[in-house]
Amino acid sequence: MKPLFLALLWLIGGLLFLHRGVAVAAEDVFVNDGLHDPQGPSFHELQRPTEALAGFPPDTVGNKVRWVNALRDGLINPRTNIVPETKIQVLDMDIIFGNTGDNAFVRFPHRAHTEWLDCANCHPDPFKEKFNTSGIKMSAILEGKFCGKCHGAVAFPLTECARCHSIKPDSFRGQLGAQSVKKP
Amino acid sequence: MKCNKSVGLARSGIGVAVFRLAVFLAIPALVAVIVLGGSPARAEYADIVINNYSDAAGMRPAVFPHWFHRIRFRCKVCHADIGFKFKAGGNEINMLKIINGEFCGACHNGEIAWTVDNCDFCHSGKPGTPTQVHGSTVQKLQKPATQPATQPAK
Repeated sequence: MKPLFLALLWLIGGLLFLHRGVAVAAEDVFVNDGLHDPQGPSFHELQRPTEALAGFPPDTVGNKVRWVNALRDGLINPRTNIVPETKIQVLDMDIIFGNTGDNAFVRFPHRAHTEWLDCANCHPDPFKEKFNTSGIKMSAILEGKFCGKCHGAVAFPLTECARCHSIKPDSFRGQLGAQSVKKP
Repeated sequence: MKCNKSVGLARSGIGVAVFRLAVFLAIPALVAVIVLGGSPARAEYADIVINNYSDAAGMRPAVFPHWFHRIRFRCKVCHADIGFKFKAGGNEINMLKIINGEFCGACHNGEIAWTVDNCDFCHSGKPGTPTQVHGSTVQKLQKPATQPATQPAK
């Protein structure tokens, strides 16, 4: 009798929350998003992100998609160029930034960035190639400069402190700056 | 028998039942929250509204969905090969340039993507919506860029 009662509770709880989820999914995200005009002639033809992004690795912020994982796992295969002679040049090399005040040090992974971007998107503006010469400041990032050009606008938002500030200074024994290049 | 009052309450029949009910409702709730996530509207993070000239020209502002495009193109294609600056409204795009094959027109030419005579696919925004990066951290920390549609355009 007791296991039956517990199973029933599980079922009721699960159904209640599933119902809520389905109700949310049934709402048209474009109706009250503050962007789209429901009177627009093509309003109903536009693809909804709920449909396009379903099945991608989930995230809790931004588009709710782990784009770097989606690309690495082969769930998407976005084009690399439109000009024939340009290429994606993947560089697997981390930079570790100190001078982060009370916060953890920052690990910048070139690999995830170069899988999407061109070197010229970041170098030499806003980031000079030489370590510690660009004058990166968190206040400037929050104003949309440096990392803030993309993070907080299209890449994961600036509220995700620990995704960059990921290295505990107390236990860090290596050298700051450019780390060795990893060969695939 | 002498015992602690709170322990005595937890061991009573009703206490146990309520506790079990709470636990057994909380577990599927947590699973549902993890699986379904929060509001799906946030999936429109990084949509760019461009309203440099649209309102004045009597068109709805253009809405550019980053999420749609990055499934198909890496950042570099538009921001290096085609030359879009990382600045909403900062590229001074107009329809003449697009028809000439610049900016959106590099792909929206009937060869890579649909042609620009599908005006309403892009010009789909609420009239009066200012140029913005939708859902950006800056927008959230500073002031809401989204104004009611009734507000007169600049």
